[in-house]
Amino acid sequence: MTTLYTSDHEWLRIEGDVATIGITDYAQSQLGDVVFVELPKVGRSLKKAEAAAVVESVKAASDVYAPITGEVIEVNEALAAEPALVNSDAGGKAWFFKLKISDKGELGGLMDEAAYAAHTA
Amino acid sequence: MLAHENSPLKQTPLHALHLARGAKMVPFAGYDMPVQYTAGVLKEHLHTRKDAGLFDVSHMGQLVLKAKSGKVGDAALALEKLVPQDIAGIAPGRQRYAQFTNDDGGLLDDLMVANFGDHLFLVVNAACKAEDEAHLRAHLSDTCEIVSLADRALIALQGPKAESALAKLCADVSSMKFMDAGPRRVADIDCFVSRSGYTGEDGFEISVPADKAEALVTALLDNPDVLPIGLGARDSLRLEAGLCLYGHDIDATTTPVEGALEWSVQKVRRSGGARAGGFPGADKILTQFADGAARRRVGLRPDGRAPVREGAGLFADASSTEQIGKVTSGGFGPSLNAPVAMGYLPTSLSAVGTTVFAEVRGQRLPLKVAATPFVPNTYKR
Repeated sequence: MTTLYTSDHEWLRIEGDVATIGITDYAQSQLGDVVFVELPKVGRSLKKAEAAAVVESVKAASDVYAPITGEVIEVNEALAAEPALVNSDAGGKAWFFKLKISDKGELGGLMDEAAYAAHTA
Repeated sequence: MLAHENSPLKQTPLHALHLARGAKMVPFAGYDMPVQYTAGVLKEHLHTRKDAGLFDVSHMGQLVLKAKSGKVGDAALALEKLVPQDIAGIAPGRQRYAQFTNDDGGLLDDLMVANFGDHLFLVVNAACKAEDEAHLRAHLSDTCEIVSLADRALIALQGPKAESALAKLCADVSSMKFMDAGPRRVADIDCFVSRSGYTGEDGFEISVPADKAEALVTALLDNPDVLPIGLGARDSLRLEAGLCLYGHDIDATTTPVEGALEWSVQKVRRSGGARAGGFPGADKILTQFADGAARRRVGLRPDGRAPVREGAGLFADASSTEQIGKVTSGGFGPSLNAPVAMGYLPTSLSAVGTTVFAEVRGQRLPLKVAATPFVPNTYKR
């Protein structure tokens, strides 16, 4: 299992041909208290860089972009009932959606943990 | 209104205190202002409703209007040429909400006017203060002196424990009622205190000399009931209280009738009153008092959990292509634990309980017209 990161502060956990995607702890700390998360529909095909989800704090709405191309195979329904999970466990329980990866070649453009740490330093 | 857009940001006398307390600073109306502290918007909002919150609102404009005759009544009658409110009827030691109108009946700004015995004390919005001062000078200089109190800070102390916190520094405040206003000694500092605010809670606004502001705020924050609150929670608190944000919910294109602010125009200034009219746009505004206006500001409660934000178009049904109105303020109300909004609708669709739809990210979300305030106010009347 590998964890990769985007410059837009998303993380991807890669298991076989499935990527689980969420936003980083750094991202949630910048957003502040999350009060609403809108997730994509299961079965939707997402292109890399397409707006996939929305995370809203008291003050503002922010888009979450698909970091790679793929089909949505599962979404985290727990976020609808408890959006604050994004603040308390951004890297774990507050995953957003799972994608069936279309092109593993796209993973090459993402950052590993050390590169992401340098990016947010 | 955007005159400061390209200038370096100004700082309030409390700037260093904000930084020392971990505030996240943002540009607002030409000032570098705290949007939140380390607690975050949600906790700051809820703390203000439960205990007490302290806000730096020193970016707002503070002005003295004094008649050359020396009589406060003459200053009041002069100001009535610019606002549709009964200013002459404000008793000494009292304050009233008012608006500057334009010739089309729109609003140039909203403000607070207090009678301090021999002069009027005005508090105006930060983004409009230069224009407001110029407006006063252009129209009232023949009979009045206009003094900008740029050397004073302004803080708001809001919430159910505001009275007990302030009473430790000024015993006098406990006897004040909502909209009482006047000079008071607070922590041995000469201040102007009003029992008012912008959160729907009981509380006070305190004008303090700039060089004494940090000492006063530090004394108030020494009380564990009092937390510093940023502009983020100030906005969610005023939205839950159904209070207008100038430049958003009301502006130069909205009249007091369209803005659902009829309550703020006293009978004496309406048709048939002893001092009816005589303010800019009076023909249009008084006609709307008689005949109604085509549109009206309303409170809106989205059915779902998704916040509906400023700028979202409003529609009569889920599929109609004709936009009938617009959301002017919207977000999440932490005390309601639900989204809340305000906007304009055709008056025919403005009754409480009417369902309309907002377009959010290409979807139509249902909302219901709701009475405001969304959260009951707790003013000490």
